[in-house]
Amino acid sequence: MKGSGRRFAVGPSLALAPFLVFVTIFLFVPTVTVIVGAFQSDQGFTLDGIRYLGTKAAVEALKGSILLSASSAVVGAVIGALVAYVISSGKPDGLLRRGVIAVNGVLAQFGGVTLAFAFIASYALQGVVTVALRPTIDLYGSGWLFGLPGLTLVYTYFQIPLMVIVFLPALDGLRPQWREAALNLGATPRQYWLEVGIPLLRPAFLGSMLLLFANAFAAYATAAALIGQGAPITPLLIRQLFTSEVLLGGAGAAKALALEMVVVVALVMGAYAWLLRRTSRWLR
Amino acid sequence: MKRSRWLTLGVAAATTAMALAACAPPEKDKTDNTTSSGVDAAKATSVADFGTMDDLVKAAQAEGELNVIALPPDWANYGEIISAFEDKYGITVNSDQPDIGSQDEINTANQLKGTDQAPDVFDLGQAVALANTAMYAPYKVSTWDDIPDQFKDANGAWVNDYGGYMAIGWDSAKVPDITSLADLMKPEYKGKVALNGDPTTSGAAFSGVMMASIANGGSADDIAPGVEFFKKLNEAGNFLKVDPDSASIESGTTPVVIDWDYLGGAAAANVSTWKMIVPSDATLAGYYFQAINADAPHPAAARLWQEFLYSDEGQNLWLKGGARPVRADAMAEAGTIDTALWDALPPVTGTPVIPTDAQTTAAAEYLAKNWADAIS
Repeated sequence: MKGSGRRFAVGPSLALAPFLVFVTIFLFVPTVTVIVGAFQSDQGFTLDGIRYLGTKAAVEALKGSILLSASSAVVGAVIGALVAYVISSGKPDGLLRRGVIAVNGVLAQFGGVTLAFAFIASYALQGVVTVALRPTIDLYGSGWLFGLPGLTLVYTYFQIPLMVIVFLPALDGLRPQWREAALNLGATPRQYWLEVGIPLLRPAFLGSMLLLFANAFAAYATAAALIGQGAPITPLLIRQLFTSEVLLGGAGAAKALALEMVVVVALVMGAYAWLLRRTSRWLR
Repeated sequence: MKRSRWLTLGVAAATTAMALAACAPPEKDKTDNTTSSGVDAAKATSVADFGTMDDLVKAAQAEGELNVIALPPDWANYGEIISAFEDKYGITVNSDQPDIGSQDEINTANQLKGTDQAPDVFDLGQAVALANTAMYAPYKVSTWDDIPDQFKDANGAWVNDYGGYMAIGWDSAKVPDITSLADLMKPEYKGKVALNGDPTTSGAAFSGVMMASIANGGSADDIAPGVEFFKKLNEAGNFLKVDPDSASIESGTTPVVIDWDYLGGAAAANVSTWKMIVPSDATLAGYYFQAINADAPHPAAARLWQEFLYSDEGQNLWLKGGARPVRADAMAEAGTIDTALWDALPPVTGTPVIPTDAQTTAAAEYLAKNWADAIS
């Protein structure tokens, strides 16, 4: 009689080990450090860090973060979905599609200091575009680029490509047969979209938007490079608490803020996973 | 099936834990730091503990390296100071994270404690320096007596190293000349006035707000008028929320910068049209703090570095970066100061204000509550 197959297999678990080492070092340990640190001071257990989350600075920063993430996610999702639709209606292996996907793959990762610098070089006081338009339009104003409005614009720069990448598979899953079936049954194209296309795509669209939200919510380097004054969003407030040479002893509050961010992202990603399951029911 | 998968996971996790334990950093092998006169270099409080200056040099050269941290090459001429030290003593200087702030220096020292990567010496802003005195090894340089009492710790835990005055710098090719802080409210400076950092984070920016306060009826005890000044500046659309550096000054992104006179001057080294004033109605002075890390991996080199910084040569090198070295007065008297450089510093009138630690702490708390609102 052969083995039941329920026996413990050493081989596969060894193959899993590198992954677990990786996850332990880069996900598990930092998360636990943050959680423990949020409740710790020099004297031991404390709720001061958690209490800090209720202060005006922390609440305002959270509001700023949510506003920035939500607005850049909505703008990114709408424009990205339209771009994805244009691509999906083109030839499946055409030049347009391959070209746009390749470019989006690069741009979706083009965040951070480089992106901030690119915008400074283009739209700051002596930026190329600002200088070129100066005779007709005052593009610079009083420095909007270096506040939340500027940050929203800069974030959409990597949000739109990310939307294209994550939303395209959903659009591709929309089978032409469904459309033909609807039309054969006498539906107008408008009816098809309202009653078949959009309901089918809605979970994928909302899910992608949540992913974009989390993406913007967790972004740090772009904002850090662009904004030197104040802490309008939570990641910058964390930076301020950790590095301030004026206000000392903010590490506990910073870890509490980090915990708050972990919770927000966990909620968002939970909703994302739920929506993704609903999507995959139809679009396999 | 499910259970066996969890078992697999458990075993793998245990393997992981063991692998991690094996990865723990090795204990630092404790090298013998004892000097020829039988003193542990890490405990030496003056050159005499080593014997002579030559003995100190030999002990430092035996260590061969020095770890410094948070010393930007264009800050108070540190670039040249580091290479001068390397050339003179043949000791390699590892300059780590040149652009971080004072609190980061302390954070890094704590994180790297016990490794040979830890910083040997600190150069700190006042608040951070005074909050962490337990981390310093007391040491008195040979020129100790030249340093005025108000600029050093009686036990040698820390010594002020160089200082300067809060100044307004501007590119005269891009904006009209500035004679006082009040000028900055004019429409010509719309979106052009930058402060070196966020005052709730950066010591230099904090002093900028303090300067604005003094110019507007406040004092070292009352920073509120300074916050009010920046609030109005922001409402006028003149406040530029960019953290300026030499690149932003050179490219014209930050045509007006409020900063320490030595930093603004150094950052604008490549801008020939850069001008600077120390406002006569608000002369605010500030000094940085030098200290040796008690856990320095290179204790002798750390002490030699201090001797070098406080020698005539080191002090003149700071002066070359536009900073006012702490021994300047004694050196001026002894005729060892570089007079060309000394006379070239921006003129200062009025009695300088130097906020105390208590005043700084109180003002910082006020800023923490009110700054974000003022500039939003």
